[in-house]
Amino acid sequence: MTEPAEVLENGEARPPLRVVLAKLGLDGHDRGLKVVARMLRDGGMEVVYLGLRQTTGTIIDAVEQEDADVVGISMLNAGHLTLGPRMVDALADAGLDVPVVIGGIVPDEDRLAMVAAGVAGVLGPGASSDEVVACVRAAADSRS
Amino acid sequence: MADHDHRFRTLSGIPVDAVHGDGPAPGEFPYTRGVHADMYRSRLWTMRMFAGFGTATDTNARFRELLAAGGTGLSTAFDMPTLMGRDSDHDWALGEVGRAGVAVDTVEDMADLFADIDLGAVSTSMTINGPAPIVLAMYVVVAEESGVDRERLAGTLQNDILKEYQAQKEYVFPPRPSVRLVTDVIAFTTAEMPRWNPVSISGYHIREAGSTAAQELAFTLANGFAYVEAAVAAGMDVDDFAPRLSFFFNSHLDFFEEVGKFRAARRIWARWMRDRYGATDERSMKLRFHTQTAGVSLTAQQPEVNIARVAIQALAGVLGGTQSLHTDSFDEALALPSEDAVRIALRTQQVIAHETGVANVVDPLGGSAYVEWMTDEMERRAEEVFAHLADLGEGSLLEGVYAGIDSGWFAGEIADSAYRYEREVNAGERIVVGVNAFTEGDDPSTRRLLRIGQDTEDLQRKRLATVKQDRDDAAVNATLARVAADAAEPTTNLMPALLDAVRARATVGEVVYTLEAEFGTYVERAVV
Repeated sequence: MTEPAEVLENGEARPPLRVVLAKLGLDGHDRGLKVVARMLRDGGMEVVYLGLRQTTGTIIDAVEQEDADVVGISMLNAGHLTLGPRMVDALADAGLDVPVVIGGIVPDEDRLAMVAAGVAGVLGPGASSDEVVACVRAAADSRS
Repeated sequence: MADHDHRFRTLSGIPVDAVHGDGPAPGEFPYTRGVHADMYRSRLWTMRMFAGFGTATDTNARFRELLAAGGTGLSTAFDMPTLMGRDSDHDWALGEVGRAGVAVDTVEDMADLFADIDLGAVSTSMTINGPAPIVLAMYVVVAEESGVDRERLAGTLQNDILKEYQAQKEYVFPPRPSVRLVTDVIAFTTAEMPRWNPVSISGYHIREAGSTAAQELAFTLANGFAYVEAAVAAGMDVDDFAPRLSFFFNSHLDFFEEVGKFRAARRIWARWMRDRYGATDERSMKLRFHTQTAGVSLTAQQPEVNIARVAIQALAGVLGGTQSLHTDSFDEALALPSEDAVRIALRTQQVIAHETGVANVVDPLGGSAYVEWMTDEMERRAEEVFAHLADLGEGSLLEGVYAGIDSGWFAGEIADSAYRYEREVNAGERIVVGVNAFTEGDDPSTRRLLRIGQDTEDLQRKRLATVKQDRDDAAVNATLARVAADAAEPTTNLMPALLDAVRARATVGEVVYTLEAEFGTYVERAVV
């Protein structure tokens, strides 16, 4: 089920990506995030699942403690325009170069605004496991 | 009366009887075929559209449009801060005020929400759980301040906290004190609000979180049995309160599975209430339910196709004998429903009710070998779950449900089912039209979505500040002190103290903090 670790040019195995997954804010819909957690694990990544009602502060703590490569946050309550950019800014303020992927109900016309605010990827309803894994991997690769 | 009424003829003019087939008739124990003898012939289901967004004034306008368009009941969606018992000026509320429902901080918001609507004449459903008793108290106070006595109020409070820990995750306090609040509401409405349903025992959210149909059925009825045991343990007689317990199910895409689920639900409830809980009033044995079509089945891709999905799901609810129905709007996988999409959803119900002829007959699928087998199969699978929970609870379903929550068993079962489904879709074993097959023709340019701006939040915070400024703080504090004292006394019903507090203009958040100080705050163990 789990994909083999990638092999780097010098022959060493590339360490698996570490992804912090959290529900930011009050929204309790966690079906999508739990499915994404399993998709990423099956895709060979390490998942730090924080669960519900996280703040930018608790997410940053986890990123630092776990040395995470990517943050994934999920919102189905139309809070993404406020909370997405706030997560990006909070990571930057903490001096962390960790990209943010947002999943949930994000209307198409908001995607550009999300990207403009520095969000590395947006995953909507119906995204396949390949798309989810590819999106997180691309986000990790986008780091400066 | 109406056998010769044109309504009970087919489109071609053939007169039809209400009931066809043998066996226990509709309206007779165990009510597999329906809780009424002639079902929709004497009364159609209630077309109850769930609505709520922005400020109370915004939602009030939507309510009045729905009533004018032929809706026959109101159903209120609250925003996340309200559902979690936090005021609009709380840090957590930033970005969430009025976005996924209406913001209600004080009884003044509740008054705006129902302005110019005669609360003695409509029935109102309020979808809220953790702070449910506070919101019920606000509704009662608004009615009384507009001259409508609480005895006349008709409606339903969701107030189903157990499924929150299992699926929807909008809890505030830990399970045991929360169930005490549920039984306080049951005791209060049983004594003082005879037209009110104090709990809507809900499978909807369990299913949306990813469960199978059989899990939805089993977990929901187990929660229902748990409330019955809790209310009896609190000293109530089963036939005093059970007739007002109501249910809320999902109607998903597998048509016959859904119909079998609804039929099995009625039969299981009737048998358990009579045989296990000793009910003698047949109203205690009749499972009445609301249905909502499956939001999770709607696709963001080619969303217009959702209109067809909703119509099929709604038909399953009607053929399953639902008492009320919400049809989802086709744009829900994209945003909050727009006004046009809501109207199409309501019209879909009206087509089923008035054009298709299905309301002329009771349980027309009864007697189908497949439907009867599916009904039996649903019951068999549910009984397996009840046996497991009774084991966990050493004979008590209430204790079994607590144990399943504490150990994360329910959440784990639901997450497993959700992931199994996603893998099947991913592998192409299941076709989702427009998503993994038939994908051409998606046109995002035609969509007009409802947007809630930041101005709602600013407006609501100002409104809250004004109420706080105009009220008598000493009176508020005195009423909150009584809430605290009554909370500490497990056998005291909290409703009178809550009524006093909200009447004095205490906020939802203030009452919740007061209760949290006594009950604690629930934090779930995050498991994937």
